Amino acid sequence: MIKVRNLVKAFGSRVVLHNISFEIAAGEFVTLLGINGAGKTTLMSIISTLSRPTAGSIFIGDMNAQQHAAYIRRYIGLVSHKTLLYDDLSGEQNLRFYARMYDVQNPAARIETVLRQVGLWGRQKDPVRTYSRGMQQRLAIARAILHNPPILLLDEPDTGLDQGAATMLGDLLAAVGTAQRTVLMTTHNLERGLSLGNRVLMLADGKIAVDAPRDEVSVESLSRFYRQ
Amino acid sequence: MPQPSSIIADGTITRQPPPFAYFRKVWAIVAKDIAAELRTKEMLSAMFVFSLLVIFIFNFAFDLRTDNANTLAPGVLWVAIAFAGMLGLGRSFITERDRGSLEGLLLAPVDRSAIYLGKFLGNVLFISVVEVVILPLFIVFFNQPLGIIVPLVGVVILGTIGFAGVGTLFSAMVIHTRARDVLLPIMLFPVVVPVLLAAVRLTAGILDKLPFEDVQNWLGLLVAFDLIFLAVSYMMFEYVVEE
Amino acid sequence: MAAGTMRSAKRDTWGLVLTVVSGIMMITGLYLAFVFAPPAVNLQTAVERFTQRIMYFHVGAAWVGFFAFFITFAAGIGYLWRRTFFWDNLANSSVEIGLTFMTMVLVTGSMWAKPTWNTWWTWSPRLTISAIGWLMYIGYLMLRSAIDNPPRRARFAAVYGIVAFMSVPINFMAIRWWRDIHPAVVASGANEGTGGFNMSPNMTTALMFCIAAFTVFYFTLLYHRMRLGQTEHEVETLRQEILYR
Repeated sequence: MIKVRNLVKAFGSRVVLHNISFEIAAGEFVTLLGINGAGKTTLMSIISTLSRPTAGSIFIGDMNAQQHAAYIRRYIGLVSHKTLLYDDLSGEQNLRFYARMYDVQNPAARIETVLRQVGLWGRQKDPVRTYSRGMQQRLAIARAILHNPPILLLDEPDTGLDQGAATMLGDLLAAVGTAQRTVLMTTHNLERGLSLGNRVLMLADGKIAVDAPRDEVSVESLSRFYRQ
Repeated sequence: MPQPSSIIADGTITRQPPPFAYFRKVWAIVAKDIAAELRTKEMLSAMFVFSLLVIFIFNFAFDLRTDNANTLAPGVLWVAIAFAGMLGLGRSFITERDRGSLEGLLLAPVDRSAIYLGKFLGNVLFISVVEVVILPLFIVFFNQPLGIIVPLVGVVILGTIGFAGVGTLFSAMVIHTRARDVLLPIMLFPVVVPVLLAAVRLTAGILDKLPFEDVQNWLGLLVAFDLIFLAVSYMMFEYVVEE
Repeated sequence: MAAGTMRSAKRDTWGLVLTVVSGIMMITGLYLAFVFAPPAVNLQTAVERFTQRIMYFHVGAAWVGFFAFFITFAAGIGYLWRRTFFWDNLANSSVEIGLTFMTMVLVTGSMWAKPTWNTWWTWSPRLTISAIGWLMYIGYLMLRSAIDNPPRRARFAAVYGIVAFMSVPINFMAIRWWRDIHPAVVASGANEGTGGFNMSPNMTTALMFCIAAFTVFYFTLLYHRMRLGQTEHEVETLRQEILYR
């Protein structure tokens, strides 16, 4: 579903990603681990077509993400550590706007469905600025799955959530149907990263240091990458 | 259009783009900006009050009277519009930056130029709303006949298009800089000098009731600037928003 | 990667040749401007006749100032097309040199205008467009200095360089219609503006030579400035490699 080939990303003379290659099959839930600054967000923004790679290529399905960016964006949903929402608009207005941008059919019905899935139905008329941080993040998840994308990218989705809300994240993701989607999630929280997903990628010094099934790694075996 | 074979077939939610999908999305962006502005009215009221203040300050600074009004009034009007417009343009992309919603826009399956057009039309609309309120006041303060409002609106719209065309592009650039709103006027004003000059000359022509032949080359220059810089900014926007 | 980019460490034959040639040309230009060229015949006072000689450098500097802006424009297109440091380096170097020459244009122009027009400054088209061009260069450098991320800085600078340069001809046309008293020195209607004069063949020779000398001088400065930029770039690359390996 996602193929990353010989990916290099440099900001000027600073090379963030050194020749990375990996593949993610349809239906996999992959967690991408690494300390802050390891290049996780950079990798995510390249896969989501926001950034151009310096060298190498990304394939979504069998389409080159650089050449068909405007087309393949409809197959990708992104939850970022920022909410990507408009504070001055209500939850419903936000979703209605994004529904138009993604050509969603029957927007009213679809908006109700996703709002019920994330438990915000009833608050949809309130401006987003009146939502708590946890509610905003749930709306951000609703925004990402609004167009029912087969690929879901979660970039530090637990940022700014309190412990309870972060624990609920897994249930919430299950509720919005990660089972039918291909999911790539980044987190710097080792325990949470291992509690979700079925495969682990560890990014260290701009390279893939570990690529293993969830069951073959432990917190202990990975924690050495977290020591500076 | 090639289909990614291994992507889950999903005809129910995301449909193939309807006809005119591009322009529907341009309009969605404009409508979203209008809805957000109507909720707070922060920007419109600030632009309106600011342009009024400019007119008042010029009044003190130049001792405006009816006998010298025709010489100074066009300049006063356009300084008011330019500075108020600068306020609006500066806000245009900062509101997208706060919560990362610019990324949300860039993730949407549409050509990036649609985002430029949407923001451009929104900016023209907001500046025009301010102008609609300012123009009658301008006529009152400078004791002008009401009839000039029709040609004046035409000039004001043409000037606003050129100003906002380049301004929208630069405003998308300055949000990524450290200086932000300080930098926008420094970048924008030298480039839009022809717009301001032509608009001031045309406004003066209207106030002095000059025959059309005397000012038509200014009109041509203004239209040419609008077309060239709208096209250039439209093409350059992609390079500004990519990472 | 490091070894391949170490171009600046090589011996600099070109730099030496360019420097010597432009040095000789500039000294020759001085001789032509002050000795070889005859005084302008139709100017009234000695001061006016003497300050008129500023023209040989003023016109050369103005030519280089706008030519440098054109190079930045072309380098901007080159950068957006190829995305290599070379084009960004070229654009930035050209702006810095262009700004220096444009400052010289404004200063020499004022020195000439005071005895001739009896004012330091007037809003004539050429003066106005030079001042606007100068402000654009400043805006370009301010934009660059306000962006930390090098590829973004290069990209935005390229876009601004292109948009700003495209406005120069329209700006010029607008200001020309607005008002015009500056002498058109090289054009046919040379005698129209205040302070204009007819050029004798020796004056034309001196002027053309000075323009050529300034152009060579521009390329010499450009060459050295780009080498400096290249070296900075290499040092930064090495620093990053040491820090992140």
